[in-house]
Amino acid sequence: MSITKQLLESLAISSDEYQAILELLGRVPNELELGLFGSLWSEHCGYKHSKPLLKLLPKDSSRTLVSSGEENAGAVDIGDGLAIVFKIESHNHPSAIEPYQGAATGIGGIVRDIFAMGARPIALLNSLRFGPLTNSHNKYIFNGVVAGISGYGNCLGIPNVGGEISFSESYTGNPLVNAMCVGLVESDKIVKSTTGGSGNLLVLVGAETGRDGIHGASGLASKSFEDDRELRPTVQVGNPFLEKILIEACLEIVATDHVAGLQDLGAAGLTSASVEAAANGNGGIVIDVSKVPRRENGMSAYDVMLSESQERMLVIVKKDRMDQVNEIFGKWGLSTTVIGTSTSDGYAQLFEGDSLQAKIPVEILTDPPQYIPDSKVPKNLLSVQSYDLTKLPVNNLNPEELLLKVLKSPNISSKESVFQQYDHQVQTNTITGPGSDAAVLRIKGTSKGIALSTDGNGRYCSLDPLTGGMIAVAEACRNVSVVGGTPIALTDCLNFGNPEKPEIYYQMQNCIKGMVLAANTLGVPFVSGNVSLYNETRGESIYPTPIIGALGLLENFNHSVTGSFKNPGDIVVLIGRNQIIGELSSLGGSEYLEAIHGLNVGKPSIDLDLEKKVQKVCVQLIQSNLLSSAHDCSDGGLAVTLAESCISGNVGFQSTTNIIGSWEAALFGEYQSSVVVSLPSKKLEQLENICRQKNVPLTNIGILGGYTFNIKPYFDIEIADMKSAWDMGLINALSSK
Amino acid sequence: MKFGIIVFPGTWSDTDCHHALVEILEQDAEYVWHETTDLSEYDCLILPGGFSYGDYLRPGAIARFSPIMREIEIAAQNGKPVLGICNGFQILCEAKLLPGALVRNSHLQFRCTWTHIKVENIESQFTNKASIGQILRIPISHGEGNYVADEITLGKIEQNGQILLRYCTENGDVNEKANPNGSYKNIAGVTNESGNVLGMMPHPERCCESVLGGTDGRVIFESVISSLKTGQYTRDPI
Repeated sequence: MSITKQLLESLAISSDEYQAILELLGRVPNELELGLFGSLWSEHCGYKHSKPLLKLLPKDSSRTLVSSGEENAGAVDIGDGLAIVFKIESHNHPSAIEPYQGAATGIGGIVRDIFAMGARPIALLNSLRFGPLTNSHNKYIFNGVVAGISGYGNCLGIPNVGGEISFSESYTGNPLVNAMCVGLVESDKIVKSTTGGSGNLLVLVGAETGRDGIHGASGLASKSFEDDRELRPTVQVGNPFLEKILIEACLEIVATDHVAGLQDLGAAGLTSASVEAAANGNGGIVIDVSKVPRRENGMSAYDVMLSESQERMLVIVKKDRMDQVNEIFGKWGLSTTVIGTSTSDGYAQLFEGDSLQAKIPVEILTDPPQYIPDSKVPKNLLSVQSYDLTKLPVNNLNPEELLLKVLKSPNISSKESVFQQYDHQVQTNTITGPGSDAAVLRIKGTSKGIALSTDGNGRYCSLDPLTGGMIAVAEACRNVSVVGGTPIALTDCLNFGNPEKPEIYYQMQNCIKGMVLAANTLGVPFVSGNVSLYNETRGESIYPTPIIGALGLLENFNHSVTGSFKNPGDIVVLIGRNQIIGELSSLGGSEYLEAIHGLNVGKPSIDLDLEKKVQKVCVQLIQSNLLSSAHDCSDGGLAVTLAESCISGNVGFQSTTNIIGSWEAALFGEYQSSVVVSLPSKKLEQLENICRQKNVPLTNIGILGGYTFNIKPYFDIEIADMKSAWDMGLINALSSK
Repeated sequence: MKFGIIVFPGTWSDTDCHHALVEILEQDAEYVWHETTDLSEYDCLILPGGFSYGDYLRPGAIARFSPIMREIEIAAQNGKPVLGICNGFQILCEAKLLPGALVRNSHLQFRCTWTHIKVENIESQFTNKASIGQILRIPISHGEGNYVADEITLGKIEQNGQILLRYCTENGDVNEKANPNGSYKNIAGVTNESGNVLGMMPHPERCCESVLGGTDGRVIFESVISSLKTGQYTRDPI
């Protein structure tokens, strides 16, 4: 075999990297060995362009049990001897090519990461970004992704409790499909991905190995792609029933002491599963690829090692326990195959029968080169940021028409038509399901609850990566705070373009720096994460879009609130601001500018110290049972926040405050660190006292009652009219030709 | 009194039923693996929701051949109460223990949402604690809950009072607007001719606690419990 430029390119190995491989090995690798390098040194598995930045993220807190990069997912202690295991992961490129299977297998992969740690998966969330629905291909992608999540996820019996969906031209051709899975496990029963010393058996269980997904990690996930039809065969096909059986069988196995470790086969298939387990076990592995059960004849060792066939697990079985293990898997109708053993020599050795096919030190494979690419401020950044917002085009719509237009825009309008395609109640823990600021689940057998949210605003990040990164973290944490949860841990899915381009690396570098600043200020660690780079079509990058998943802890699950206004007569208070003032700068990056003017300009801003105080006070107010509702002010600004609370609670709002400055900015500007709450008037004094003690500003803005949304002189709209605009926005966008 | 909760590969409401029965209603309940062939110790059998065998081929079409199904048939003939929820309903139809069939929702999508259902007959092991015409708020979660049957069967089940539950509006109107899946005549739950086997698409086990949004599901389980205690509405073996 000759090492050609095309071969290296197909494996995403640069010529410098090839030289490094030659030096490290001291010889020319064969094709199989090169394939192992290509996969494990890929961005997807090896984080070669992102690791130096990822190291900046805070990873530890007193609750952290397993942190980023250590295992398949992060784990945090929630007390009562329990831990939450969670992670978010992307399946963007597969979903762009084959939306149903791409999204379905994205769910499958993240769920395996969770139960590989011995945790029962208890919740799923999806953060989705698409191109506008005015484009028929975007509609096809949207429908396929939603159907794939529904088709695969519902079959597993894991509630799909939240997430968000938004649309922007930047995601045409390159949707973002990020899936988060959350699991529950007894803290002392977390299972490791390790070979656990030498002499243990490497056992494959689950699906047979086919040719699907070869080069998924090195090809699909680690470089830009153009002709999508050509890549369709690299997308795997999911079997949710088999996944469900694997969940149950593996959780039954890990409850015994027959296994030393458990690892799912995800990106780079058997290669990364076995090599990572060997690395974690500080040892080596010997695998006979001829033992691996196959779907078709004529597969080479290379095909077998790099296949990304779904629903497979690598179980590290203690040497004398195969009979017991077979009994449990047999009950579930699963057959097992011993494909190798763990060793102590530090080598990954692959045999085909008696013939040695590859032998490489594990530490070389798991230590890819790291790059700090050049960074350059994107050339139009300053001009976009300094756009003169006093010169916005005059629009012919009155305030009410503007509000209705924003409410029916696909980004703001109700996503109920999507969420009801997902089972969000199974397992009977869901207190608050999708469509809220954060989902709330109770933890059976305890008084505790958890709050879950995903967030990330690509528009903000494109305008100001540093501030955008800060806001992504702040908002994800704010979302869990406003339902009553103290944010205790984060996971991140970093979606960017090609990091080898200096302007893209600048975005990534600054977004992550912003995330670091916010996470440090708020005192919340990142315990897991995933990087998705090369999100580009025809040379155009997506908006830089870090998606943050937040985990909040509620000491008492009975004390949580939603964003719906509840009781006529309740007082409405805006926490975090001491007056309703409209500064034009607050329109920067807003939904209003996009929906009304088709613009993404300006510069978002946030005060992290205020943010921290506002979040803490919200949790305190909710856990003290003072509030009837709380809703984060975010996309669409104050007017949309109030309107959503009125619509979902079917209660009117009468404003009692004055607006200072620009009414457009006051009503539609996106001020961070502000939360709309409602409460009975008799509790107002207590709320004011707590906010004063904590030095958190507030404004009394209105009272609930009647059937209209009334902010004089701008709005006097029937709630029913707002509701029909909001309810039908997405549905109409999908059905329009 | 002991409940047996049947677990097929792919079942997922088993733990929810167990939680509702044991933790909330304080009953004795056990999981029963689908290969079990002795059901004598159970007084009521529950076939829970899920995707048995992935719903491949047709929902319930493979599960109905599990070894346990022969025993469930015998138990049903002997008058033991058998409750099929969602996928359990589909399995019981496939096994011909209930009339009719469940096909793809008319709008072709999976639907997980709260529904209102009207109790049409309270002379039953499953509804005797409800009042006639009572409106229950119970969620559904299925892609194939569209109840169909031939005209003769439909006439018969209507006449025999086998239709226990129909989808309705919040105010109790049984109309198209309230129908979440296209079911014929808004049928949400039917029994066999002797009344001891009920299949229902809504999930009563999901609403037995107020923290989950409602407690209307309890009345179904409480009816069974009461009937087993008092012997009322129980059936003699055929």
